[in-house]
Amino acid sequence: MTRNREKREGTDPLAARTLNVLLAGIGGQGVLTASQLLAEAAVRAGYDVKKSEVHGMAQRGGVVTSHVRIGRRVYSPIISSGEVDLLVAFEEAEALRWRSEVRSGGILMVNCLQVAPPVVNLGLFKYPDDPLTNLRTFNGSFVPVEASALAVQAGSPRLAGTILMGAASAVLPLVVDDWEAAIRARFTKAEVADLNLKAFHQGRECALSSAIRQSVNQAIGL
Amino acid sequence: MSGNEAVARGAWEAGVTVASSYPGTPATEILEAFAGYPGVYAEWAPNEKVAFEVAMGASLAGARSLVSMKHVGLNVAADPLMTSSYIGVRGGFVIVVSDDVGMSSSQNGQDTRYFARFAKVPLLEPSDSQEAKAFVGEALRLSEEMDTPVIVRLTTRISHVRGLVSLGERATPPFLGFSKEPAKYVILPAHARKKHPKVLQRIKDLGRLADASPLNVTEWGDREIGIIASGPAYVYAREAFSDASFLKLGFSFPLAEGRIREFASKVKRLWIVEELEGLVEADVLAMGIRVDSVGKLPRIGELTPQRVRAALDGVGESAPESASPPDVELMPFPRPPTLCAGCPHMGVFYTLGKMRDLVITGDIGCYTLGVGSPWNATHTCVCMGASLGNALGIDKAYRLAGKEQKVVAMIGDSTFLHSGMTGLLDIVYNGGDVTVFILDNRTVGMTGGQEHPGTGVTLQEEKTKAVDFVALCKALGVEHVQVVDPYKLPEVYRAVKEALAYQGPSVIITDRPCILIEEFHRTQPYLVMDELCNGCGACLKTGCPAIQVIRREVVRLPNGRDKELSYVTIDPAGCNGCELCVQTCGPKAIVPGGSTSRAVAPSGPQS
Repeated sequence: MTRNREKREGTDPLAARTLNVLLAGIGGQGVLTASQLLAEAAVRAGYDVKKSEVHGMAQRGGVVTSHVRIGRRVYSPIISSGEVDLLVAFEEAEALRWRSEVRSGGILMVNCLQVAPPVVNLGLFKYPDDPLTNLRTFNGSFVPVEASALAVQAGSPRLAGTILMGAASAVLPLVVDDWEAAIRARFTKAEVADLNLKAFHQGRECALSSAIRQSVNQAIGL
Repeated sequence: MSGNEAVARGAWEAGVTVASSYPGTPATEILEAFAGYPGVYAEWAPNEKVAFEVAMGASLAGARSLVSMKHVGLNVAADPLMTSSYIGVRGGFVIVVSDDVGMSSSQNGQDTRYFARFAKVPLLEPSDSQEAKAFVGEALRLSEEMDTPVIVRLTTRISHVRGLVSLGERATPPFLGFSKEPAKYVILPAHARKKHPKVLQRIKDLGRLADASPLNVTEWGDREIGIIASGPAYVYAREAFSDASFLKLGFSFPLAEGRIREFASKVKRLWIVEELEGLVEADVLAMGIRVDSVGKLPRIGELTPQRVRAALDGVGESAPESASPPDVELMPFPRPPTLCAGCPHMGVFYTLGKMRDLVITGDIGCYTLGVGSPWNATHTCVCMGASLGNALGIDKAYRLAGKEQKVVAMIGDSTFLHSGMTGLLDIVYNGGDVTVFILDNRTVGMTGGQEHPGTGVTLQEEKTKAVDFVALCKALGVEHVQVVDPYKLPEVYRAVKEALAYQGPSVIITDRPCILIEEFHRTQPYLVMDELCNGCGACLKTGCPAIQVIRREVVRLPNGRDKELSYVTIDPAGCNGCELCVQTCGPKAIVPGGSTSRAVAPSGPQS
């Protein structure tokens, strides 16, 4: 595991800083599974990783977040407010809810999907009119990904998390080999692993082919 | 490895053979992980008090043992804890308690470190997964050396944070066997009086061990600022003030007084960083040492490096600039936890929510969510099992005041077995006129679907006897017991009406499994015939998260009032086919179907 890090010694973008990734979505969307893939890939790259989760009542159809911190030596498991480098929002309103956690010049990646909770369906609250338009004003890189639509095409809405991690991989300093190994380690059934590997590369190509990539790389300084 | 998994690994490596627990966030996964190791006995007990007594029993038999629970679980186990401090141990005995700091899934924010002081037992606080593993072994050694149970205190951000852990081999300490020493194990008043001074002496001796303990680490940096931090608070302080000097307390009660005095004398300013209560702070102040951080740290919620920095370094660096400051106007709706689509609790909430004149006492579990919209069908929630006693008290108070009030208590299967049975016994014994709903979904739902004495399966997946709830209630003396299918609204309604009309204690038991466990079988999803939907919104009153409003319309009624209509659709990926909404639909617009493949997220949480 340390071999990978040694290989990159001298050019390691995380030599002197910790990378902060916040994943936010709704219970049942696979936020924790996705954050496990990211953490596992970072461990395989030889980094120290801390990943925090929310369990129990907060998880029941409510907001789920996972903090992943990657570096040479990570102390705090939680990211301080306003210090997120990359936010991966699994739903548009959740992107609105969490975007103030992202640092100036950071990356806001959002799954193009709207899910109204019962309080909205009952008419007690209103779903924001057009979150994506609002999110575009974000002072950093904005990366919308059609992860849920692609996931349904690929056979299951549950693949959206893996597609988002594929998109995230395009802007994170981790090599594809480590991501692929993380996916195979998480999904032990060969056919499920294959589906997820395909989904991962689909997401990755989405982000790579988008013109935003250049500006993203400049933004995060990687 | 998560902190919880690391605790399990640490216990296994240290040769623990017997472990017991009751599920509770954030501690649940400790026993789940431990149960998977070879050569161990791991069990779910009906409650934390029993779990404590089982693990203590194994210790008395001379085996190394562990009990784990969430912070409020230790309230339930406080009775044996207080006396186990006097009795001591034979095999090492570790009590692992995880505090839900910030209350993500709990009813209060109590600090377990008080219990160590209360019971006069030592307490260790790991600050990450690696330490969580190592400290369990240290706790067991300390337990045997000093003849005391030892508490290992975790918090949510230790239990549910994953970090790297290096593994070791399993030790196999000898099995000592029980030794008949009444003066030690039978705590008669005469024996207790002799033990009391020994407990006080032990805490002094433990203080000396804390001074020498490698779990307390001094890290010299800039001596302008010296920070004493215990356990999880250390990582936040370390990151906020990376140049400062640190005294990290892993063995945090009793305090390493010598080490603290030495450290304080060598730094210019002394800060103490701890999460929740200022216990180390109070103790250090009592030593007559000046503390420069008094009153500065928040005593509510979780710390972060930023909160520590802001609290202690007012003039220093400010929070980094965020890309978009929180915009109150754009802040979206709240997204509180919901019941899952097809949850068997919904039919009960739907029915009770329509009976506005009831007082409904609630309990701890997924069904606490009955408090929310659209049901508003839960009016109290205190602690495990409280719904029954609360209901009896309300019933008696109203009757004494000469007023009529129907009272319903609502409790889940596992919570009923945890500490509801005695409450029901009281209702029967003292003639309460209370209707009790036992929502039997055959699992501990909220913590992710654990087995319990009503499921017929043990933690280590062995078949066992399952409690017969009907027979149990009858044995407790309840004569009016009904079993209903919570998916059949007319059946639930009739059962409630009958129970309320009955004078005396009555019980209604629901018989559908939680949709997240294997026993549940998803049936064909339903869909809405758009041309038949009249927008009445009756189906929304079930509270099912799979029902989505697709458009709203305002119409003028014949009486001149405006009415908003909500036309709906059903998310086929979310619908579990429970048929609850079908029964609320006047125009019969909801029909079997659901081969549609719309791009939607699943509506319920996964296990």
